Amino acid sequence: MSRIPVTKTPKAYVGGKFIRSESGRVFPLNDKRGEFICNIPQCTRKDLRNAVQAAGKAGGGWAGRTAYNRGQVLYRLGEMMEARAEELAQAISITGEVPIASARREVSIAIDRVIYYSGWTDKYEQVLGNTNPVAGSYFNFSVTEPVGVVGVVTSDSASLLGLISQVLPIIASGNSVVALASTTNPYPAILLGEMLATSDLPGGVLNLLTGFRDELLETFASHEHIRGLDLSLDPAARAQVEVLAAGSIKRVKIREQADLGFWSSEKAQSLYAIRSFLEFKTTWHPIGA
Amino acid sequence: MPAKRTTKSSSQGKKTPELLFGDLWEFDPAPETADPNLRESYSLFIGGEQVAPKSRKFFESIDPATEKVLTKIPAAGKADVDAAFAAAETGLNKYWAKLSGKDRGKYLYRIARLLQDHAREFAVAESLDGGKPIKESRDFDIPMAAAHFFYYAGWADKLDYALPGASYKPYGVVGQIIPWNFPLLMLAWKIAPALATGNCVVIKPAETTSITALKFAEILQEAELPPGVVNIISGAGATGQHIVNHPTAAKIAFTGSTDVGKAILKATAGTGKGLTLELGGKAANIVFEDAPIDQAVEGVINGIFFNQGHVCCAGSRLLVQESIAETFVKKLKTRIASLRVGNPLDKNTDIGAINSKEQLDRISELVSCGVEEGAELFQSSCSLPKKGFFFRPSLFEGVTLSHRIAREEIFGPVLSILTFRTVNEAIEKANNTAYGLSAGVWTDKGSKILKMSTALNAGVVWANTYNKFDPTSPFGGYKESGFGREGGKQGVCDYLKVES
Amino acid sequence: MSLIAANKSPLRRLIDEVGPVDQVAIEERVAKFTTRSIKKASKVQGLKLAVSMVDLTTLEGKDSPGKVESLCQKAQSPDAEMPDLQVAAVCVYPAMVKHARKFLGDSPIGIASVATGFPSGQYPLRTRLQEVKQAVRDGATEIDMVIHRGAFLTGHVQLVQDEIAAVAEACGEATLKVILEVSELETYDNIRAASFLAMNVLRPNDFIKTSTGKTSGNATLANNQVMLEAIRDFYLETGTPISMKPAGGIKTAKQALHYLVAVKETLGDEWLNNLRYRFGASSLLNDLLMQLRKQDEGFYQAPWKFSDSSSGY
Repeated sequence: MSRIPVTKTPKAYVGGKFIRSESGRVFPLNDKRGEFICNIPQCTRKDLRNAVQAAGKAGGGWAGRTAYNRGQVLYRLGEMMEARAEELAQAISITGEVPIASARREVSIAIDRVIYYSGWTDKYEQVLGNTNPVAGSYFNFSVTEPVGVVGVVTSDSASLLGLISQVLPIIASGNSVVALASTTNPYPAILLGEMLATSDLPGGVLNLLTGFRDELLETFASHEHIRGLDLSLDPAARAQVEVLAAGSIKRVKIREQADLGFWSSEKAQSLYAIRSFLEFKTTWHPIGA
Repeated sequence: MPAKRTTKSSSQGKKTPELLFGDLWEFDPAPETADPNLRESYSLFIGGEQVAPKSRKFFESIDPATEKVLTKIPAAGKADVDAAFAAAETGLNKYWAKLSGKDRGKYLYRIARLLQDHAREFAVAESLDGGKPIKESRDFDIPMAAAHFFYYAGWADKLDYALPGASYKPYGVVGQIIPWNFPLLMLAWKIAPALATGNCVVIKPAETTSITALKFAEILQEAELPPGVVNIISGAGATGQHIVNHPTAAKIAFTGSTDVGKAILKATAGTGKGLTLELGGKAANIVFEDAPIDQAVEGVINGIFFNQGHVCCAGSRLLVQESIAETFVKKLKTRIASLRVGNPLDKNTDIGAINSKEQLDRISELVSCGVEEGAELFQSSCSLPKKGFFFRPSLFEGVTLSHRIAREEIFGPVLSILTFRTVNEAIEKANNTAYGLSAGVWTDKGSKILKMSTALNAGVVWANTYNKFDPTSPFGGYKESGFGREGGKQGVCDYLKVES
Repeated sequence: MSLIAANKSPLRRLIDEVGPVDQVAIEERVAKFTTRSIKKASKVQGLKLAVSMVDLTTLEGKDSPGKVESLCQKAQSPDAEMPDLQVAAVCVYPAMVKHARKFLGDSPIGIASVATGFPSGQYPLRTRLQEVKQAVRDGATEIDMVIHRGAFLTGHVQLVQDEIAAVAEACGEATLKVILEVSELETYDNIRAASFLAMNVLRPNDFIKTSTGKTSGNATLANNQVMLEAIRDFYLETGTPISMKPAGGIKTAKQALHYLVAVKETLGDEWLNNLRYRFGASSLLNDLLMQLRKQDEGFYQAPWKFSDSSSGY
């Protein structure tokens, strides 16, 4: 008689802790034949609010790390993922929608993308910032700073790679993120949370929620503490989000839901993805004795 | 021969020593007499031509220092806005998009040169129309406007260096709406980078200060800029709304109040239009006990009274360290006593006229509110002209963060004074606002400057100076002060659609 | 206190006490004085005021009694067409004082003598004090001393102050002007500190003065401003009014008016007289006169209409 396996209860990852929704609600994840896999937390607006609070708390410290250190922490995340690559691939294909070969390819690209952005942490400033030769006796320089807490709604397809591609450039510069995982397959995000917990990324820098867009989008858009939004969104929902975001003058980046082909391409990684969630600060410092 | 020397020190008397800023040597009026070359009425500038408004409506532009009518300004209606965007689209497709960066640059250089040629007449027009002192329009607004065209002219054929490795393209036609505090300079901030990056423009000056923008149309004709590349239409808020809502506008660049900024965000929601918003501020000017005190006094004065305080980045909240607060405020009051308020066209005027009756009323209302809330008001005892819109340089002591005058943008010559004890308290108080445009730091310690600059949530931090601008230096805010940057390399990037 | 003192030079402590000056900001501040537009009656008034504030100076190795005589004549009657004009004082080397007194007799025009081993000050204190006393005996009503910059820069500020006090005492009734030689102090911090160091031992209406005119750096609007602000702060604190004399490099009427604007807007009306403010200059006078005649007659006059004064500063 074969051993009865111990099943895992999937949890969201907020403030470095594994949580179930405060509401206690879950929704079933089924495979494509309709067979039950597990129950996924159905995070609520209140969970989102708590996650924003956690992100706000962690953001300052993360932004205050040296660029070199942020690079090492993200590289370490890459190492964690590499070690558990097969597990991630299985998670991507858990519903049977994605063939395992494709899932393995997706994982490889996702890990490479983590390494790509970990390499940018101590370089983007050198490309984007600059000194300005003002007409006067001042040392004038523009540096970038993270905008703060950024809300991310990931694309449904490319459940791992889409998430990584949207989130990594944002945290690379010292922002903290509250992300809503793919609704159709949140399982890779749940697994990623477990890897984040064993990486050196401080708790609260990257918070991963599971649940439904319709329920959470309004709070993402209107929460004043959230300073930026990167949303994979149906164009129809765009206007409503932007109207709500106007109240607190958020930086909003809205993209159409992209497919795996796009996320796998070189176009899906760029210095300018980092730039999207940066502020520029210019300082005039006198030159005198 | 020397006057007779007293041998007894006056300190032996009980009287507190005071300085006397009287009229022993009074300056004669020194009005700037250059002819501003105003027309009796103006036209819209659409498709390279001066055209009468289809709306057939005009409004009067008045001199805020005398309340006299200067000229008539067309009020563009929806049909006029449509015509302007149609002209811009034609200008883009027929001319501007076909030009090389090098040639776009040459037009911008021409514009810069012609502005310099006409600098004095523009300065007089600006002061007449807006009320700012001639020394500011002459020494700051107009030369800085020309400098912006010069700076961005050079970028036109070097865009790849602003965005290394990026794939980018111009937006196309850009709608721009500018405020009344620096009319021509804001126009230059908007038009120069837009044109350098290959966009065409429909721009609307503020209702109370349209003259220099419409005069600028004459410069564009002189420069033989291809028709439709820049279209200048005047009007009030309704005209602005038509611009924001126009389907041809691929990007909106706006400088003005945070309220209007939010309205624009809502109006453009879901349209995919690009945005640059340069909105309000409530900047902290932070003076530490180790500051160069007299320079700090001067900087605080310049921070709040420059352009009558009609500056979005005005240092309207003075945060002074408690240990020096008393001395510092005394010095501020002494300095205020020698400020000259009056005729904007007089070369010796330090503070001119408030831009409009409406603005004067708003300032008066907020100042009364400050008094009601219990803050202590001090005003310069200078004489004010009998006609026109003037307001005494004012400061409030005993202000706390919860006072309205400490939270709302007054946009006038009114300073609120708060105190702090430690570096961290200064940072907390400075950042305790929804705005984040600018801040000032006064200390003799270089490392403290950089610590403060890092900690302050503001797009521009001035150390031991204030209200400094330069075409190479990006300007723009954090949080509810807007997004996007104008000036510098960053100003180039914000007029290009970049794949990210 | 002594523990802390061990870590810091007395000069640094002095600067901490009187506060620092930001170089860039003060230079921008004074640039604004130059944009004031002084026209018509206010210009005439300003020019006449400037004439009355001139310390007409000759400080050359080749000075002679004859040269000093012509200087004194010019001082008493700068322009025959404008008989009401007189300068404040003549300024000469100690050996020339008695000649100046002979020519000026009991004229109210001041006789200022540079003394104390001008321009370096690198002489024993004893002989410097003798020089001062001799000049006063010979008829000097004003003494322009130099401070010991070497001592100041190496932190011996007490020594510098003691020497100023000693010279002030040696002056007796004569007014003392303390030359800081700002170009050798280099920084505005040092200029402000030295101003206070001197003012603390000066008597009401003694002067602090920028320069000897014998180094590459002279009076500028910026160092003038640093000293005016020091005088203002000292006056408001102690009630003792100290006077100010920029010297060297002020050659044109326009420049002089800029300096007066700075006085008007920093110290106010009570310093707009030659008891409280002087110009150490030579060629300035002719330009002031030329501008005055222009205001009066409506056209510019040729330089040969005005008698030569000196080739000194």
